Amino acid sequence: MNWEFIEKYLPMYEKAALLTVKIGIVGILFAILVGLICAAVQYYKVPVLRWIVAVYVELSRNTPLLVQLFFIYYGFPKIGIRMSAELCGVVGLAFLGGSYMAESFRSGLESVEPIQSESAISLGMNSRQVLGYVILPQAMSTSIPAFVANIIFLLKETSVFSAISLMDLMFTAKDLIGLYYKTTESLFLLVVFYLLILLPVSIIGSLVERRMRYAGFGD
Amino acid sequence: MAETLLKIENLTKEYEGQKILDGIHLEVKKGDVLVVVGPSGCGKSTLLRCINALEPIQGGTIKLQGMDIRKGSKNITTLRQKIGMVFQSYELFPHLTVIDNITLAPVKVQKRDKAEVRKEAMELLARVGLADKAKSYPRQLSGGQKQRVAIVRALCMHPEILLFDEVTAALDPEMVREVLDVMLDLAKQGKTMLIVTHEMQFAKAVADKVIFIDQGKIVEEAAPEEFFEHPKTERAKQFLNVFTFEQVEHHVE
Repeated sequence: MNWEFIEKYLPMYEKAALLTVKIGIVGILFAILVGLICAAVQYYKVPVLRWIVAVYVELSRNTPLLVQLFFIYYGFPKIGIRMSAELCGVVGLAFLGGSYMAESFRSGLESVEPIQSESAISLGMNSRQVLGYVILPQAMSTSIPAFVANIIFLLKETSVFSAISLMDLMFTAKDLIGLYYKTTESLFLLVVFYLLILLPVSIIGSLVERRMRYAGFGD
Repeated sequence: MAETLLKIENLTKEYEGQKILDGIHLEVKKGDVLVVVGPSGCGKSTLLRCINALEPIQGGTIKLQGMDIRKGSKNITTLRQKIGMVFQSYELFPHLTVIDNITLAPVKVQKRDKAEVRKEAMELLARVGLADKAKSYPRQLSGGQKQRVAIVRALCMHPEILLFDEVTAALDPEMVREVLDVMLDLAKQGKTMLIVTHEMQFAKAVADKVIFIDQGKIVEEAAPEEFFEHPKTERAKQFLNVFTFEQVEHHVE
C-alpha cells in the first residue's frame, strides 16, 4: 500500500465524496417529495392520477437506474430537454427513489386500520387533524425501516453516476486506476469513503427506528 | 319534562340494496339510559354509527338538539363533539400514552386549556381506578383497562350523549364487570346514554328503556321489567329464550 499516493489523492476523494453526498441528499429529498405525493394519491384513491402513479411505480422499479440515467442524459436532449450531468443525477435519483419511497409510505398508511380514523372522527376531528394526529404518526413508525433502507439503497445507487461522467467517488477511483494503475490504493479509498458516508446513515437510521418503535408500542 | 336530546324519525339505511335499518323512530331525552338489544346483524350497531354520522343514511332524519346530523354536512365535526362514542375494539391511539389519548381531542379540537383538561382527565382516570396508568401506553393495558380509558376519553369531551357499541363483547369475562361498573356509575350521575349490548343482566339493571330491534325495525320498546318479564312479541320471547338455560337433569340409573 502506497500511503504517499493515498495522502496525495485524498483531497480528490473528498471532493468526489462531497459531490456524491450533495447529489444524494438533493435527489433523496426530491424522492421523498415524489414518494409522499404518490402515496397520498394512492391512499386517497384519486381517480385517473392513481393509474398514472401505478404505471410510474412499475416503470421506475423495474428498470435499472443506469438505464434511467442514460434515458435522461442522452435521450432527453433529443426532445429538447438539456440538463447538466448533476441535474440528471438528481432527476434520476428522484425518479428511481420516488417509487420506492411511495411504496414504503403507502404500506405505512395502509397499516393503520380504518376504524382508527373513525375513532378520531368520532372525537370531532376534521380530516386534517385525523391525518396529522392519528394516521401519520402510526404510519411513520411502520414506514421507518423501509424508509431508512431506501435511503441507504439510493446512496449506494449513486455509484452509477460515473457513467454520465459525474466526478463522483466511483468516477474518481476509476480515473486514478486508469491513470496510475494504483488499483489497491484507489479501491481502498473508494471503500473507505463509501463507508464514511453510509455507516453514519445506517447507525442513525437504526437509532431512529428503535425510538419510533418504542414510541409506538410503549415497551 | 326533560328536554329531548336526540330525535330520530323514519331513519332508513341501505347497504348494497339491502335495508339495514327500516323506518326507525326513536327519541332520547336528557338523562335517559336506553339499551338496544337484538340478534346479531339486526342493525343495532349500524344505528349507533348512523347517529355519529360514520355512515351515510338513505332516508329520514337524525337530529341532536334540533340540529341535523348527516355525514358530509358542514357542521358535522362540531356535532360529533357532542356525541361520545365507545367502540367494541377500544380504538385507543397506540402511539399515545393514556393521558395523551384522553387530552388530544379536548386540547386540539375544542381548544381547551391543556392544564385544565389534564387535571380533569386525571380526576376521571382516578374515578375509574386508573390514575396510575396515565403514563402507560395502550399496549401495556388489559382489555378492561383500555375500555375504561376509552370511556374516559369520550367523557372528557363533555358530550351530550354517549354511545356504547358492544363495549364488553371483546373482553374476557372477568373484565366485563369493571367496565359495566363504570357505566352504571355514569348512569347514576345522570348521563344520557345509548347502549348496545348483549349483557342482559346489565341491561336490566341500567336501562330506563329497552329497545328491541330485529331485521332493521324496532319491534318492541318497553321498560326493562316489562320487556324481560313479559315480552309482548313472539320475536322478543324467542330472542330472550336464547339467554336462559334449562337445568340439566342428571339421570341416575
